Amino acid sequence: MWTIVLVVAIGLLAGVLAGLFGVGGGILFVPTLTLGLGLTQLHAEATSLLAIIPTVVAGTWRQQRYGNVRWRSALILGLAAIAGVEGGVQLAESLPQATLRRLFGALMLVVAAQVAFRTLHQDGRTGKARTASTLGAAKSAPPE
Amino acid sequence: VLLVLIGLAAGFFSALFGVGGGIVIVPLLLLLAHFLQRPAMATSLAAIGIIAVAGTISYGFHGELKPGAAAIVGIPGAIGAIAGTALQQRLANRTLSLLFALLLFGIGLKLLV
Repeated sequence: MWTIVLVVAIGLLAGVLAGLFGVGGGILFVPTLTLGLGLTQLHAEATSLLAIIPTVVAGTWRQQRYGNVRWRSALILGLAAIAGVEGGVQLAESLPQATLRRLFGALMLVVAAQVAFRTLHQDGRTGKARTASTLGAAKSAPPE
Repeated sequence: VLLVLIGLAAGFFSALFGVGGGIVIVPLLLLLAHFLQRPAMATSLAAIGIIAVAGTISYGFHGELKPGAAAIVGIPGAIGAIAGTALQQRLANRTLSLLFALLLFGIGLKLLV
């Protein structure tokens, strides 16, 4: 009983992260499905993708109304990513996983620092005026 | 062309490490494609939708999906996403970026150890 409550709560939190940052939520879904609901890693990864769909549809629907979605870019990114997944799966079997994982982790830290650094050095330029004009421009763009 | 490369990278890394594509797409849109925070994050979300649909179909053929379990996390996930996007509109770009950097930092650390 409490497990289900916890699982639902983490699902909710994953959704908030997804909506807030534009990530899928899989990072929280997968461990929740394995630890909370006892799925195997493979089933959890597959099921997480299915769970991401309602999360992303709800988030994108709201973002569309806020005028933030660039559909053409999203389509290009999504289709290219599907091709990338194929490549990744092929390579995953032939490369030392642990080393790659650490390298990617380190890269992530560098990127995090980069994002933080850029943000701290552009406070004057991304003020209210620019945000407002961007929102206005986005709203006039045709949907889909 | 840049977007194609970003998408390829996102799919590639998500297959290798099981991280969501968004963790790759958002920073690259911010740093390389010079998107502002909200459009970057919203567009990433839409792209992930496409990736998730393709992935689900491919796993679905192998019978590895658990629709009940997906609903238990996915429906709260949808509600959370509505709250998350609403919250996002109220945060300054600067705050959003710094929080996102913190999230990346946490995931980086987790992968590193």
